[in-house]
Amino acid sequence: MHIRRPRPGASARIQPSEITPESVYLNRRTLLQAALAAGVGGLGTAIAPDAVAAIETRSLEYRRNQKYSLDQPANSYEDITTYNNYYEFGVDKGDPAANSGRFHPTPWTVAVAGEAEVTGKFALEDVLKPHALEERVYRLRCVEAWSMVIPWVGIPLGDVLKRFKPTSKAKYVAFKTVLRPTQMPGQRYPVLEWPYVEGLRMDEAMHPLSILAVGLYGKSLPNQNGAPLRLIVPWKYGFKGIKSIVEIRFTEREPRTSWNISAPHEYGFYANVNPKVDHPRWSQARERRIGGGLFDSRVPTLMFNGYEQEVASLYRGMDLRKYY
Amino acid sequence: MPSALVVRRAFKPALFVLCLLPLLSLVWRAFGLADTNLGANPVEKVQDTLGLWGLRLLVITLAVTPLRDWFGAPWLIQLRRMLGLFAFTYVLLHFLTWLILDQGLYWSGILKDIGLRPFITIGFLALVLLVPLAVTSTNGMMRRLGRRWKALHRLVYAIVLLGVWHYYWQVKADVREPLIYLAITLVLLGWRVWKRRGARPVHRPAPASAAAREPASTPNR
Repeated sequence: MHIRRPRPGASARIQPSEITPESVYLNRRTLLQAALAAGVGGLGTAIAPDAVAAIETRSLEYRRNQKYSLDQPANSYEDITTYNNYYEFGVDKGDPAANSGRFHPTPWTVAVAGEAEVTGKFALEDVLKPHALEERVYRLRCVEAWSMVIPWVGIPLGDVLKRFKPTSKAKYVAFKTVLRPTQMPGQRYPVLEWPYVEGLRMDEAMHPLSILAVGLYGKSLPNQNGAPLRLIVPWKYGFKGIKSIVEIRFTEREPRTSWNISAPHEYGFYANVNPKVDHPRWSQARERRIGGGLFDSRVPTLMFNGYEQEVASLYRGMDLRKYY
Repeated sequence: MPSALVVRRAFKPALFVLCLLPLLSLVWRAFGLADTNLGANPVEKVQDTLGLWGLRLLVITLAVTPLRDWFGAPWLIQLRRMLGLFAFTYVLLHFLTWLILDQGLYWSGILKDIGLRPFITIGFLALVLLVPLAVTSTNGMMRRLGRRWKALHRLVYAIVLLGVWHYYWQVKADVREPLIYLAITLVLLGWRVWKRRGARPVHRPAPASAAAREPASTPNR
């Protein structure tokens, strides 16, 4: 039911049960209780949300990181997995879910290259093995002015990068998405330059908020959300979160990034969420939260997507209008 | 050729229902009938659907005259007013969805958007230009305006181009669909130019004033 009239005097408060399907919501409670029972830092076993349909995802073992939780309820698994951008599978928000069925995320290899002591090709399992998976609930703000709250499962990017021993020349880290036009129909037409590439400044990559995600809602990532490995940088617009990563390269110079190549005056390298710097074609001051009904209004966008305290120091002295 | 009665009693009501279907489908899904829904972003779905059908109906309206000539079907002209008015209705509802559901009547943002964001300015301009066409669409207005009616309604050429431009500019990267609309529009407009320039002296050596070619009751847009 999408027509929902605001209740008098309660317009701003949305009950979690209204946004997340009740089954998922209840399961999350059970999950939290299980984690608590096991003690802080104990392993909670993922409970599959009922919303999961036929997508082949496996349950993950992870620990919930309480440090990264939000007051807002998370979006439903259904919304997160059926409304997103992944141009490799088509340009409409429903395309990734509809067209990613033939993508095979296993086995998976990640190439590490560039200014680091440890380089080469690594099986995904070996990249992940030394790290404990953790769940973090992050806001996600799309450059198109809509937003979600997503419980990712992943590992801090910095911890992974350190294992490759970047040299002093490593000022940036560049990422590349897999190129598989046979499995990714969107890559058969040059909407963007394929393969998709993204990058971060080294201090951004090492920031504790930056993670490599392998799952959401306690299950491995479905194809449409970037299986098997994707980047999450919650204070930046969603397009920085490159999906299905096959290459990590340490570089001395600022790497090229796909949307910047496509429209340099609209999408910069930094792409920090900033309500004061508008997209040339639309305002970034307010955003639409996915999961609301027809009559839900937009809410103000927060500086650095609400992570200002944690990340503002990275950009001290920088003109964020120039480095958008 | 179908009689005027068939057009009035059968074709027009059928077209009316047909034009109403996209709107009905939105209402149906908004109420979640038969387990349907508007997806994760219902406001965007409503706004995009209304805008797209507004543009489609504008293009279809523009296609009426060429189709009449290509297929020798003068009765098609009798459907054009309804198509045009439906186009206006969808464009208006598209605008109102943006104004009320999307922007929530947040006026400072709305005025800034209309003034500063070219793609919104263009869309708004197209809507404003459609208003006089809708207002003067009655038989009485056609009579009263006479030859000027036709000149006024040529505005629709510019309106369709503005609509396509609005769509093109709104798209993030994949401009294929807007370009398809542009191509169709250019064919429909180009054909009119070709008809005026090429056809008059070559194929119609006899005096062929606009009035003689097109009876006043079926003004040519």
